[in-house]
Amino acid sequence: MRTLEQTTQEVLTLAAQHFNVLIGSLSPADDFFKKLGINSLQALELLTRLENHFGIELPDYEVQGVSDFRTLAERIQSRL
Amino acid sequence: MKSFSGNTLRWEWRDGIFELTLDRAPANEIGRTMLGELEQFVSALHSMAAQTSVCILSSAQPKGFSAGADLRELYHAAAPLPEKERLAGVREFLERIHKVLNTIDATPVVTIAAVHGACFGGGFELALACDLIIADKMARFAFPELRLGLIPGFGGIPRLKRDLGNAFVRDILLTGRSVNAARAQAVGLVSQLAGEGQALQVARSTAAQIAKFDPAARSAAKHFIKPIPHDELRLEIDIFCDLFQRPAVMAALKKFDESTDAMPYLP
Repeated sequence: MRTLEQTTQEVLTLAAQHFNVLIGSLSPADDFFKKLGINSLQALELLTRLENHFGIELPDYEVQGVSDFRTLAERIQSRL
Repeated sequence: MKSFSGNTLRWEWRDGIFELTLDRAPANEIGRTMLGELEQFVSALHSMAAQTSVCILSSAQPKGFSAGADLRELYHAAAPLPEKERLAGVREFLERIHKVLNTIDATPVVTIAAVHGACFGGGFELALACDLIIADKMARFAFPELRLGLIPGFGGIPRLKRDLGNAFVRDILLTGRSVNAARAQAVGLVSQLAGEGQALQVARSTAAQIAKFDPAARSAAKHFIKPIPHDELRLEIDIFCDLFQRPAVMAALKKFDESTDAMPYLP
């Protein structure tokens, strides 16, 4: 079972890879919409990437209003 | 080779296989121009059906297969009109798109939707008219219409119910949630999963296999297994139009139109 810290780190790594930014430039408290400069369709791409990686389903309404990596990781953790 | 290139899509016919490519930025929103070009396409598909074994539908837009109906166009066309004319315009659009999708659904040609990225609303309904859906593992499917106070209007509910049953329809319709390609394959919506960017290649490989079969047997098999739910499709148009008359719908479309997000599709 992953810890929340591990999950958060994996979320940051996947986001950095998907949007082609340096992993070191992202931190758990970052607003990913602002930090990555992404729109809602790109956020759904990230959601798909995360679902595929973690082997879970995360309904859109559970991440609606979520904009920082740490909270996103918490939502994922609750489905692992 | 025969081909057509329009403002929102293009198609090619080669050796018995049609390839229709949707190509309207940002995400193949289906408005009046695309509808008109889809009508031209199904006319060509119908007239060349005897020489055609397979038709592949795909998208050249990186964001996905299609984000659905062009809601901004719908809002701007409807907003200045009196209620009666507004409703007549919506009904006319729905009648036309239903005719297009019914033709794709019923053609003896085997149809394959090669899907990547967003496949939402009307785009999802276009894919559902096809016989097979081959999806890139980054594809996502959704019916977000309830957010606007509407139901899907391009035949999505009857076709999804026909193909998968009522429970999954209720799940995605009543929650508005999007599902990923793995889930879509698990419930039987997606026939094959492809790697990222590989859906079209997998569809071509599948088309080559399908093309080997006897056309009469292929056509009979499709006709036998894929009845068109005409009564429910008619009812869907009526329900959509009833809902569309409510002020809440125009308010929701206005909110969508005024969204500061470049693409406010998140269900």
